[in-house]
Amino acid sequence: MANDLFNSFMTGPDEQGRFGQFGGRFVSETLMPLILDLEAEYEKAKTDQSFWDEMNHLWTHYVGRPSPLYLAERLTEELGGAKIYMKRDELNHTGAHKINNVLGQIILARRMGKTRIIAETGAGQHGVATATVCAKFGLKCIVYMGAHDVERQKPNVFRMKLLGAEVVPVTSGRGTLKDAMNDALRDWVTNVRDTFYCIGTVAGPHPYPAMVRDFQAIIGKEAKAQMHEAEGRLPDTIIAAIGGGSNAMGLFFPFLDDKEVRIIGVEAGGKGVNNKMEHCASLTGGRPGVLHGNRTYLLQDDDGQILEGFSISAGLDYPGIGPEHSWLHEIGRAEYVAITDAEALEAFQLCCQTEGIIPALEPSHALAHVTKIAPELPKDHIICMNMCGRGDKDIFTVARALGWDMAESD
Amino acid sequence: MTRIDAKFAALKADGKKAFVAYIMAGDPDYETSLEVVKGLPAAGVDVIELGLPFTDPMADGPTIQLAGQRALEAGQTLVKTLELARAFRENDDTTPIVLMGYYNPIYSHGVERFLVDAKDAGIDGLIVVDLPPEEDEELCIPAQAAGLNFIRLATPTTDDKRLPKVLQNTSGFVYYVSITGITGAANAVATDVGPEVARIKAATDLPVIVGFGIKTAESSRTIAEVADGAVVGSAIVERIGNGDSPSEVLAFVKSLADGAHSA
Ligand SMILES: Cc1ncc(COP(=O)(O)O)c(C=O)c1O
Repeated sequence: MANDLFNSFMTGPDEQGRFGQFGGRFVSETLMPLILDLEAEYEKAKTDQSFWDEMNHLWTHYVGRPSPLYLAERLTEELGGAKIYMKRDELNHTGAHKINNVLGQIILARRMGKTRIIAETGAGQHGVATATVCAKFGLKCIVYMGAHDVERQKPNVFRMKLLGAEVVPVTSGRGTLKDAMNDALRDWVTNVRDTFYCIGTVAGPHPYPAMVRDFQAIIGKEAKAQMHEAEGRLPDTIIAAIGGGSNAMGLFFPFLDDKEVRIIGVEAGGKGVNNKMEHCASLTGGRPGVLHGNRTYLLQDDDGQILEGFSISAGLDYPGIGPEHSWLHEIGRAEYVAITDAEALEAFQLCCQTEGIIPALEPSHALAHVTKIAPELPKDHIICMNMCGRGDKDIFTVARALGWDMAESD
Repeated sequence: MTRIDAKFAALKADGKKAFVAYIMAGDPDYETSLEVVKGLPAAGVDVIELGLPFTDPMADGPTIQLAGQRALEAGQTLVKTLELARAFRENDDTTPIVLMGYYNPIYSHGVERFLVDAKDAGIDGLIVVDLPPEEDEELCIPAQAAGLNFIRLATPTTDDKRLPKVLQNTSGFVYYVSITGITGAANAVATDVGPEVARIKAATDLPVIVGFGIKTAESSRTIAEVADGAVVGSAIVERIGNGDSPSEVLAFVKSLADGAHSA
């Protein structure tokens, strides 16, 4: 099946950077030559064994790959249905999947002779991963972070500073991830010669969505092989949370042509997918538009103005979604659902108590959907969810949401 | 021939340089911005660039970002921006209006419907920042077919190899972005800009107008001397943001226009 190009879901994007009608290169002329350079460099690297040798070496010795595929026995028992596996990318160095992609982009940046790295960050995980790899290679690192996120993700802000990065709080818009991305793009337009823009998810202009996906696809490749070893077969359902969609695309991509595998992406439902738009569910509650260099589903009003999303999870608080997800949604290869803040918080606690794993709020959304569907499924149904980040960064947010006063308790 | 083509033909016949002014539609509110726009031709403006507000203006600096926010907060939309152009056209059928903005509000309105509505409102050309030649099928080609000019930005990163691609489907004029950066940031320097304009003029018969980083009557003159004209945006918008009255804003615009026209 995977060799049948005409029936494959794995051949995108096309030369224009499109997945169906989604994707593309909607950037200003100043940036166009830069993304063409990047594309050429990436095309070269893709088939260059020395590039992948360097990646594999760092993945093994610096990141700690492969990450385990873990059978969550007590959670499985508790839910009483499908068998639940977790792909443990929260065990990676820096605590999330983000570093898989950052390594690839920084190696490219070095090959291109760029000395100044810029990044946007929401939860701060991508910022921390970028600051980390820049420290390792002695590169200057500037991270744009919405002022609101600087407030709610303080531990990560401090980590970035310790790692030598400059964190720029962004006050335009509502001060979240979308605004940080705008300011990173403004920086890049200004510093075109020496600067490499390290995007943290499968969004942005072509080639970013494809390139970031390819770097994250290590998650799905490992999971597939590990599942084979553990169960001798494919999982029945794979599930991941979606902010921009990089951990999800990383898990999904190697399974796209295994048509018997059900694929579910979980968006942030915030306070509920309602007409007050207090959520970040671009596919569930948005429509196609153009932002940050690509056409995709967006939260927007009737005039095409972009709306600010809402989620308890800073990493999911983005009004768009990677274009490949929009395509998978439209052709029906993947399903997309929304999970509310309250449901995610409940799954967060369940995971702590049954598995001794403190998950990030982002994968708690994926886990919440697992808790919804697993009880109804037979015991021989295998679910693989992406535990893409650990929750250390979120304990303050969760404490507040649960009414726990960190200041006075011990 | 659009109003833009006619205007540049007339300027050329008179041996004059063009002065182009950018105003954000609906900033700080619909009525005030209409009053400013109506006064632009008398202040010496040859071409009006009318900003279409957008929540995420990725190529703009704080001045124009804030102008867009003010306009959106006052209820400005794409439909109202076309209405503003139509209201201007009631008394002026010759000054060209170029709509400048980002693609999403246009895409959201529907390209076909937008082109009909824009033409009907008296818009003559479009500058859409996030539509490079690689995306010409989206709007550039349909716009030209509908009789609107599609004005492209050329930048310091547009090298000789890429220039033909940028010029290929451009009409009306070429907008040379004098700096790598966002609007309202660095200052344009005539000695840097001159050779770049010459390079572009060697490759096209279209007028080459320079913008980004022109803030004073003096720089309006020095830049216009080395090009076919100058564009000023942020410096004007800043005065609107400071609460200057329309007549104060127009007096400033006149000084900039006089600068360009003395070149
Ligand atoms: C742990 C974790 N998961 C998920 C995300 C969302 O990003 P993506 O959808 O690209 O995986 C983030 C973003 O910061 C994150 O930190």
